[in-house]
Amino acid sequence: MIRELSFIDVLYLIAATRWTLALTAIAFLGGGIVGLAVALLRVSSLAPLRWLGAIYVHAVQGTPLLAWLFVFFFGLSIFGFTVSPWLAAAAAYSIYAGAFLGEIWRGCLQAIPRTQWEAGASLGLGFTQQLRYIIVPQALRLAIPPTVGFLVQLIKNTSLAAVIGFIELTREGQLTTATTFRPFTVYLIVAAIYFALCFPLTQWSRRLERRLHVAR
Amino acid sequence: MTYSFQFRDVFAAWEFLLEGLVLTLELSLVTMVVGLVIGLAGAAARVYGGPWLKRIVAVYVETIRNTPLIVQLFLIFFGLPSAGLKFDANTAALIALSINLGAYSIEIIRAGLEAIPRSQIEAGQSLGLSPVQIYRYVIIFPSLRMMFPALSSQFVLLMLATSVVSQISAQDLFHMASIIQSRTFRDFEVYILVAAAYLILALLFRLAFAGIYHFVFARR
Repeated sequence: MIRELSFIDVLYLIAATRWTLALTAIAFLGGGIVGLAVALLRVSSLAPLRWLGAIYVHAVQGTPLLAWLFVFFFGLSIFGFTVSPWLAAAAAYSIYAGAFLGEIWRGCLQAIPRTQWEAGASLGLGFTQQLRYIIVPQALRLAIPPTVGFLVQLIKNTSLAAVIGFIELTREGQLTTATTFRPFTVYLIVAAIYFALCFPLTQWSRRLERRLHVAR
Repeated sequence: MTYSFQFRDVFAAWEFLLEGLVLTLELSLVTMVVGLVIGLAGAAARVYGGPWLKRIVAVYVETIRNTPLIVQLFLIFFGLPSAGLKFDANTAALIALSINLGAYSIEIIRAGLEAIPRSQIEAGQSLGLSPVQIYRYVIIFPSLRMMFPALSSQFVLLMLATSVVSQISAQDLFHMASIIQSRTFRDFEVYILVAAAYLILALLFRLAFAGIYHFVFARR
């Protein structure tokens, strides 16, 4: 049934944005946990652990996010799990975000001079204590601008969850298009909403980065 | 677990996969060339252009970089026909990918151009080089070397992102995978195989870029 595109459709699109934000939050949380583990593996003093981290990062960064979504959505059901789009999306995005956040945070950890680790060791601190009291507090400051930058990537990439039927902003746009048959206007509104979410974050990330350069 | 993997049906459709792979490669390579051209021109406009030109390029870059690729694809493929511009799926995919990569390239190349110190350009002028020579030897070549790592990883990400064009039914590798999936019902096998294919492609691209860097930039 075709009907006119009206103001209520715009409100529905804005309402669907909360699922985009919810998925972003879940992906960021899951990806943060995975990413922390990956970053620690990558700076570990044991070579096999470093390789494990490197293989994970290269495997995930070398495959499309779409493939992960499909593998989890269609793939896991054959093992007898009933997979909802929520579960598939949460798993796929955690894996994806974990690889990128892990790489970002590894860079920040490694940007802290070796001598800082050694200073900690000479004070009698263990590996975890050095990490906790000396390295992480300094690395955190470096990590914030690129992490906010990646958050923008994450918000944009949640749009791919639409293809497994996860109802968020892009999927809502597809559904609205199907009933109103006004793709140009609808997708323009969808794009505008994404822009309104992402642009302030981009600007914020840039400001943080500039401040960091001034401070150094 | 009672599931037994069966790759036979999937491998039987290898011609489909090969056809998709070729389009994925074509899309990636053409987009890289077009994206690089847009990037070079846009970055030059952004750094050396007049205030209006700078503003237009900035708006283009920010608009594209702050909206998802799939929405850009939908706008061009589903949206533009109502404005009288109609493309087939493969052309629409190529246009959307190029516009997308162009914006990212502009940002990367701009950072490279701005990293060239003014004094280098003045040194070129005092040696009597013409503006074209300065642009070629003093600005473009050294800044390309500096931005090459960032640019090449953006290109690899672009190659992976071409999988999204399957959603407007452009016949790339990922689209062929979903065709085989609907024929054989071997979901897991198909997508694992395709993921592996993308992984190999990504490795090959990284190798090729490392080779280009080695032969073009590292020796001078």
